Amino acid sequence: MSESIADTDVADEASAETTNGRFDEVRTLTQNGLWSNNPALVQLLGLCPLLAVSGTVTNALGLGIATMLVLIGSNVTVSLVRNFVPSEIRIPVFVMVIATFVTLIELFMNAFTYGLFMALGIFIPLIVTNCAIIGRAEAYASKNNWQLSAIDGFMMGLGFTLVLVLLGAMREIIGQGTLFDGAELLLGDWATVLRIELFAVDYPLLLAVLPPGAFIGMGFIIAGKNWIDHKREQRNQTDSVKKVERARVTSA
Amino acid sequence: MSFYIASSPHTRQRRTTARLMQLVIVALIPGILAQWYFFGWGVILQLLLAVTTAYATESLCLHARERSSLSALRDNTALVTAMLLAVSIPPLAPWWVIVIGVAFSIIVVKHLYGGVGQNLFNPAMAGYVVLLISFPLQMSSWVAPVELTGQHLSLFESIHLMLFQYTSEGYSVEQMRMVASGTGLDAVAMATPLDHIRTDLSQGLTLSESLQAPLFSGLAGLGWQWVNLAYLLGGLFLLQQRVIQWHIPAALLASLALLAALGTLLAPDQLPGMDIHLFSGGTMLAAFFIATDPVSAATSNRGRLVYAALIGLIIYLIRSFGGYPDAIAFAVLLANMCVPIIDKYTRPTTYGHPRRKLQ
Repeated sequence: MSESIADTDVADEASAETTNGRFDEVRTLTQNGLWSNNPALVQLLGLCPLLAVSGTVTNALGLGIATMLVLIGSNVTVSLVRNFVPSEIRIPVFVMVIATFVTLIELFMNAFTYGLFMALGIFIPLIVTNCAIIGRAEAYASKNNWQLSAIDGFMMGLGFTLVLVLLGAMREIIGQGTLFDGAELLLGDWATVLRIELFAVDYPLLLAVLPPGAFIGMGFIIAGKNWIDHKREQRNQTDSVKKVERARVTSA
Repeated sequence: MSFYIASSPHTRQRRTTARLMQLVIVALIPGILAQWYFFGWGVILQLLLAVTTAYATESLCLHARERSSLSALRDNTALVTAMLLAVSIPPLAPWWVIVIGVAFSIIVVKHLYGGVGQNLFNPAMAGYVVLLISFPLQMSSWVAPVELTGQHLSLFESIHLMLFQYTSEGYSVEQMRMVASGTGLDAVAMATPLDHIRTDLSQGLTLSESLQAPLFSGLAGLGWQWVNLAYLLGGLFLLQQRVIQWHIPAALLASLALLAALGTLLAPDQLPGMDIHLFSGGTMLAAFFIATDPVSAATSNRGRLVYAALIGLIIYLIRSFGGYPDAIAFAVLLANMCVPIIDKYTRPTTYGHPRRKLQ
């Protein structure tokens, strides 16, 4: 049912069934974006910025939000123009759309969060090449209406951002013993109070600060996700096995 | 008594992993004694810390993986990893350096890859690389050999220095290096011979000028040459006991020596010679104890020759042109990465079958 809803472009058929279907679709999108099809943990897309700028929570949050905004904008635009773009040239068109939004974000960051803009450097324009974005445009936005595409972009972006922030927090804590170091770059001067010093280190563990730490940390996060999935599956299996047993007993 | 049926070969020694590892540990003893003699109590303290950490983390991992811990703890592989790492790091490095290194080796490099026999990388060397890139300062403050200092730092001062990074009189290892450069006698910390040559060459001195330093007399730097000879002795014992085969040490030393000779021919005053390459740094330890790790090395004899020659090549390249004075750990890890492809192209032909074509 959800697929049929996804394919209809008409948003104002407000019968009870379609609202239910729409609600289901939103729930699926949320679940996919945050967990079961998370761009960073499952699709392993956009790893270059993920690994390069996750040195601190601030950098991670900055890049995550920028990516999320680009993703929402490009998803909505692609969805709106999807019926007017010949499928032979859709990829270049999508890339142009994405590049436009990245340029916008870059200019905004240059204007309002200059410190962060300098800290992230080349990785802001590189959002264009983030496969998660073109991937969503191709896989979802070019087939669905703009509201759902916006939600999909938001959820995928949120999933990406959360992983980025988690990795940034791990690396910042292990490497420097702080959290939100340099938050004023993103949020303005008041944010200096956000800086938390968990413990003082005389000699930072440079491994966590350097790129290898990002790879190792990413490995741990993916392993953790798979472990949780595995545990869940086991629990579901034991549940279903129990049910079968009970059914047999009653039938016997 | 049951009748034991097996296919040929019928005369063989059935040696367990634990027994082999015991022999490796025995073979390490001359080298450890030499290091203790030249570099003081720090070596022994690092060993004790490393072994304690190794057993603690090993049993922790085995518990988490729900394996029977006693039999696995008895196979001594963790012990060898810990000892190899302990003799590789500076003797007076702070206590947490070796603890972090060994914990990383055992937990991440060994057990996350599946435990004994499953690790892609040599655990001791991966731990060493983690330490080297995480704590460059601590990992480059080596102790001066006893021939220059006259006497060791006492056991008490060594413990004090490792725990608090200051002696009881309040000197840090770095400060003692300062004192050393002034008077030349109170030295505790100083550069290793390879580091010394490297610094001098980068400052425009020639090799022969660099070798005038009091650190050098004899073959390849005070203390270091004897430590290397002691590890060579231990390595020969391993060969005699057939714990290791000749292929890896021979190919590694041969490729390193050949390249060093070539370097001397081409640029006699810019590139250190064969004697320094073979008997300084960790060359002998690497050739006989580290590269010969049966798990992470190539499996066929021909493959082992290629693997070890590759290590020799990388050691020479990094020592001569790279960013670090010594390069054993990087060379071994890089060669570990090449092992699958080396194994693929050096698989021996089954007897009586035509040569396989390579896909």
